[in-house]
Parts: sequence; C-alpha cells; structure tokens
Amino acid sequence: MANTTFRTCPDTGLKFNGATESLLKANAVAAVVFLLIGGFYGLLVGLTRWQAVHLLGAQDFYMVLTAHGLNVLIFWIIFFEIAILYFASSVLLGCRLATPKWAWAGFALMVIGAVMNNVVVMQGQSSVMMTSYAPMEAHPLFYLSLILFAVGALIGCFVFFGTLVVAKSEKTYEGSVPLVTFGAITAAIIAVFTIVSGAIILLPTFLWSVGLVGEIDALAYRLIWWAFGHSSQQINVAAHVSVWYAIAAILFGARPLSEKVSRTAFFMYILFLQIASAHHLLVDPGVSSNFKMFNTSYAMYLAVMASMVHGLTVPGSIEAAQRARGHRAGLFTWLRKAPWGNPVFSGMFISLVGFGFLGGITGVVMGAEQINLLVHNTLYVPGHFHATVVVGTTLTFMALTYWLVPVLFRREIILKGLAKWQPYLFGLGMSGVSLFLMGAGTLGVPRRHWDIGFAATGGVTHEFPAAAYTMLALNGMSVIVAVIGGAAFCVIIVGSLLFGKKLGDQKMDEQWIATPVTDEEYAADGGSAYAIPGTIVLAMIFFISFALYYFINWKYLAETWGIS
Amino acid sequence: MQDPIEESEQIPMMQKLLDNPFLLLFIGVATPALLYLVWGLAEIFTIPVR
Amino acid sequence: MSSLSPPGKKLWWKEPIHRSELIWISLVFVWGLVMTFMMPYWHVVGKQNLGTETYKSTAEQFQASTEAFVEQYTVRTEGPRNFPVVAPPAGGDVYLISRLWDWWPILQLKKGETYRFHLSSLDWQHGFSLQPANINIQVVPGYEHVFNLTPTETGEYSVICNEYCGIGHHLMIGKIYVVD
Repeated sequence: MANTTFRTCPDTGLKFNGATESLLKANAVAAVVFLLIGGFYGLLVGLTRWQAVHLLGAQDFYMVLTAHGLNVLIFWIIFFEIAILYFASSVLLGCRLATPKWAWAGFALMVIGAVMNNVVVMQGQSSVMMTSYAPMEAHPLFYLSLILFAVGALIGCFVFFGTLVVAKSEKTYEGSVPLVTFGAITAAIIAVFTIVSGAIILLPTFLWSVGLVGEIDALAYRLIWWAFGHSSQQINVAAHVSVWYAIAAILFGARPLSEKVSRTAFFMYILFLQIASAHHLLVDPGVSSNFKMFNTSYAMYLAVMASMVHGLTVPGSIEAAQRARGHRAGLFTWLRKAPWGNPVFSGMFISLVGFGFLGGITGVVMGAEQINLLVHNTLYVPGHFHATVVVGTTLTFMALTYWLVPVLFRREIILKGLAKWQPYLFGLGMSGVSLFLMGAGTLGVPRRHWDIGFAATGGVTHEFPAAAYTMLALNGMSVIVAVIGGAAFCVIIVGSLLFGKKLGDQKMDEQWIATPVTDEEYAADGGSAYAIPGTIVLAMIFFISFALYYFINWKYLAETWGIS
Repeated sequence: MQDPIEESEQIPMMQKLLDNPFLLLFIGVATPALLYLVWGLAEIFTIPVR
Repeated sequence: MSSLSPPGKKLWWKEPIHRSELIWISLVFVWGLVMTFMMPYWHVVGKQNLGTETYKSTAEQFQASTEAFVEQYTVRTEGPRNFPVVAPPAGGDVYLISRLWDWWPILQLKKGETYRFHLSSLDWQHGFSLQPANINIQVVPGYEHVFNLTPTETGEYSVICNEYCGIGHHLMIGKIYVVD
C-alpha cells in the first residue's frame, strides 16, 4: 500500500509518505504551470499600460487582465498552498496523509476548474475581471469553474485537518505541532472562511447567470465577495510567513525567539486578519463608518501588530541563530555572512523586506478609512498588492521551490548561475512594478483602464500629468525585468525536473537542512544571541518609515476638497 | 516522568487553545463571520428605501 | 529543535519573552492605538470624511430625480453630444448619473460652497474618480449615495470611471467646472 510507505530523505532526514509525495509533486507542478500562463499575461498587461507601446486592443486587454489576475492570484498560489499544507502536516509531523483519494479528488477538481476558467475567459465572454462584480455578467461556466476550483481547495484543507488528527492519534509527534505547521493551520483556517464566503456569493451568482435567481444585490455582492477575494490574499500572508520561518530553520537551524510570541501572532491572524476585507468597502455607500473603521483596522490593528511581530521575529530568529553559531561581531555580521548566493535565502529575504516596506506600510496606510478616498481603485491598489502577493508570496514560494526540487523531486537544480540571480531579477523588477504603479495611482491613474489618454472619447479628455506616463513606462520596463526573472524561474524549475541530475538515495555534498541550533549554543556568551541588535535597528528603520508615510498621507488628504 | 493526567492539567489555558486546531477553526470562522459578514449584511439590509 | 519540529519546551507558554521582543511588541501595540485613534479623530477635526447616507432606490427613480434637477438648473449645453451643463444653487442638491458609458450631466459648482451630492448608477458598478482632486468613490446600482462635497479650488475637473464596467470603460469621462 502506497499510503503507508515512507521514504526518508537522505539529505534532510524528513520522512515522505508515498501518497503525500505524489500529491506534493502534482500540486507544485500545476502551480508552476499556472504561474507561467499568468506571468505571460502579466507581460501583455504591462506592455499595454505603457502608453507608448500600447500593445493590446481594448477587448484583448480586458480579457487578458481578467486571466492574469485569476491565474497568478488564485491558481498558482492556491495550488502551491495546498502543497504547503500537505508538507506542513504529513511531512513535518512524519505521518501518513489522511484520505489520499479525497486529496486526489480535490486536486482533480482544482485542475478542472482552473483549466475550464482559462478556456472560458479566453473565449472572450467573461472579461469581468477577477472581481466579476454583479450585475455585470460573465458566462455561467466562469462562475462554475471558480466553484469547482474552490470546492477542490476546500477538500484539500480538510485533508490537511484530517492529517493533523491522524498524526495526533498515531502519536507521530510529541507536545505541540511545530511552529511552521501552526502557521499552516492558520492559513488553512483562513482558507476555510475564504472558500465558504466564496461559495455563499458565487453559488447564487451562478444560478443568476443561468436565470434561476432573479437578482443579485450589488452591495451585498461586494461585501461577501471581498470576504472571499481579500481573505484569499490573507491565506497567502499566513502561508508565506510560515515559509519564512521554515526557511530560517532550513538554512540556519533557527528556532523562533519565543514560541509563545510567534504563535500568539498567528492567533491574531486567525481572529482578525479576514475582517480587513472591509478595506475594499471604505468608500462604498450603505455601510457605516463604525463598520468601516473597526473592520479596516483589523480590530485596533492587532493583526497588523502580528505582522510586525513576525517581521521582527523572522529576521530576529536568523540573527540569533547566526550569533549563536559565532557571527557575533558588530550589528550586521550575521546578515553579511548569510548565503546571499543561495536563491532560497535571497528570495526569502528580498520577499521579507519588500513585503514589509512596500506592501505592508502602503496597505495599512491606504486602509485608513479616510485616506482610502485618495487611492481607491487607482493603480495604487495593484501597486500595493504586487508588493504583498508577488514580492511577498510568489517570491517566497519560488525560494522554497529551489529547496523542494532536490529534496522532494531528487533532482539537481540546473543553471545554478542563473538561479543565483533569479530572485534579484524578479524581486527588483517586481518592486519596480509595485513602486511605479503606486506612483501612477498617487497621480490619480485608474486601475483596469485601457487608455488614460482618452483618445476615443470624441474630444472630452483628461490630461494626466506627464509624470503619470513616465511612471507607466517605467512600470513597463520593470515588468520586462520581472518577467525575465519569472521566466528564468520556470525554465530552471521545469528544466531541473526534466533534465536535472537524478539524485536517487545518495546523500549530496551540500547540506540541505541545517542542524538545529542547540540550547547550549544559544546559551553561550550569557545568552547574548537573543539581544538581536541588528534586527532591532532594521525594525526601527521600518517603524520610522511607516510613521512618516502614514502622517504624510493625512497631510495629502487634508489638501483635497471637503467631503462629509 | 510525571503522570500524564497531572501534566495535562498544568498546561496553561492559552496553550491548550492554540494546540486545538478545531477550536481555532471554529473561532477563526465565527469571528470574521460575525464582525464582518453579519454586521455588514445587517447594515445593508436595513438601508431605507427611497 | 527548530521551527520545523515541535517546541523543545513542552510548556512553551510559560517561557519568558526576550526583552528585544517585548520592546518591539509594546511599541507596535501603542502604534496600533495611535492609528486606531486617528480615524475617529479625523471624523471630529478633519474635513474629509465621506458620508454614508444611503437609500435603496431604482434606476427609474434616480433617473427621474436627475432629469428634474437638470431641467431646473441647466445653463447651457456643450461637447460632442450636447450634454447639459447644470449650475445648481449654492448649497443645493446635485444629482449625477453614472451609466454605460458616461457621467450625466456636466456640473458647474461654486468654489467654497457645499453641495449635497446624490450619486448612483443606472446599470453596473462604476467608480467616481474626481481628477486632479483625487477623490474616489464607489458607485453601486440600486443604491443612492448622498454626501456633501465642497470644492476648494476653481478650474476644470474630470470625472473618470475607475471601476471596470465593460468594453467602454475607458470612454467614460465627465466634467465638473468650479467657478468663483
């Protein structure tokens, strides 16, 4: 029986259950395929927004933009997250996967849904954007494909919870689950809320599209859809923060500075991260300011506090581990001595910095009820989430993949020279995308808009400042850099899976998982490793940037028209 | 080696909660459902008719 | 024991928190309180707080109200499609329709006066984006959103649609003139 056979990885000592291993591979490969498709569409979008190039016609632009969002924001990420859930349960807890048949059924539904969605969107009848705001109508199969995909993902979540039960009842671990698994639990809980919300709104919308339901209330649609649309991005946050902790452990043998603090931070996510769906309703009619203020603040910013805690403890745990291993000198020796040529590390660290400085700060600032008036539905919004979801989540998942290929697929990475540079290309290119889109958004440029020159409006136009056009051109150039980085990733990974040297059961020369730092090592030098002065300095720079940017935006707000 | 029953009684409440994924699942779905979905829908459904 | 394995200390909840973490947690908690305070504070002292007065309404009702408003206060017509330019009395009600794919009518307002805006869509969702003042409001069909708007500078302003509304989305542009 495949289900109960285990392979012990010669390099990491991790135990891979046969069924888990096949499912991990299938989900990871599916993820990369949809990244490839969605990334290509992203290139077309970027080159169309660049007004001097203006690659696509209006109809194609809106169709491709719809497909771009769904492929990279939903399909690539959720396939990868299902793989992470199975890894964090079955592999880290060393147990068999619960109900592999259900897991395969879920995977099949996700593949059918994702393929069907791509076909339907490319037929051109469903250019409704990812949000598909009713009463704008897509082809019924558009909604059905998303429902199938969501049901598949929900099955994946329950296989994950089932596996936790298996591990506990078969006593494959002692005490509490590992922190990385706890982070995965957080992601799975948010996923359940997300998918249930999606079902609540997409099922009636599907019935409406085939004529069985008379009307969909546009405002209620927005409220419930965003419980799905925004929370799905919160799954990403929980998942990629877990991966950050995992990579800190894999490369440095790091443990969290404090289990209590890191787990409580994840608990704040479980409670409050999802209510930030209200970010999208801040300038909507019909919902009160009290609702807006409470929900947009994640309940007094407790979930933001959690992110800022992770932002300290992830690099902090790396610093402590490095110091415990002897890199004690000065403020930043621990960071300088980090393996910057290893894409697993560079990808993770660029992601951490980009997510915090570009994505985190801007997200919280534009999430202030009144400041949102300045940026709602401008290009600032996609600028923000290209920092959180692409620099944050996607780059983190790429970094982890460089580790998974040899460990899971037992293949050596090809083109190592290129792999070394890939996170820098992708991370910097995408940071450029994020910055320049936000720059254009600050100048008022709308999102999802084919022509900000208004060439076809019969003489009624608006002249955006020249700087807006410059921003969009710079965005186009950054897109090219990022796409080269993204394509390099796909070539390296797919190439490694097909042509990489087979590793078999031989132990490799390199060390693929660091020996955990011991109590004694941490305790040496009077436990000074835990002082983490370098991380504190970095955190203070972050805090000052955050506070300055926050108050600057209130000042901008004060300069516009009065509104009440 | 301590008696396992005695040991489980020493585990602080918060740790017990964080070790219980299904209780967390319930809290993690119920909290946003109440604070965001129910509250929001209640406001939308009570908007006066013109 | 790393983050990939169960905690080394079984009763990890009772382990002390390191000073570096405590300092940071206190700082960000206080910062959270400051940000929590800023929003209601701005409701008291700030001049930019979008009102949430809303009525359930229909496209027919809203169109009728807007047509009555246009009939009463039109001062001229302009543009390729002879859109009415409407100059409501200072402090009065203002109606603005969004529909596939225009903003109707054109408005002429007085600087420094406060108007009671009524905003709705006759079909799909649209986005009221006033440029270059950069005020952005969601427009939802079936709901009439009422709020006060006070122009602070004279000039020609554009109303752009920033919620995707189909193939003519990028054609949708309206005007608001602000005069002394």
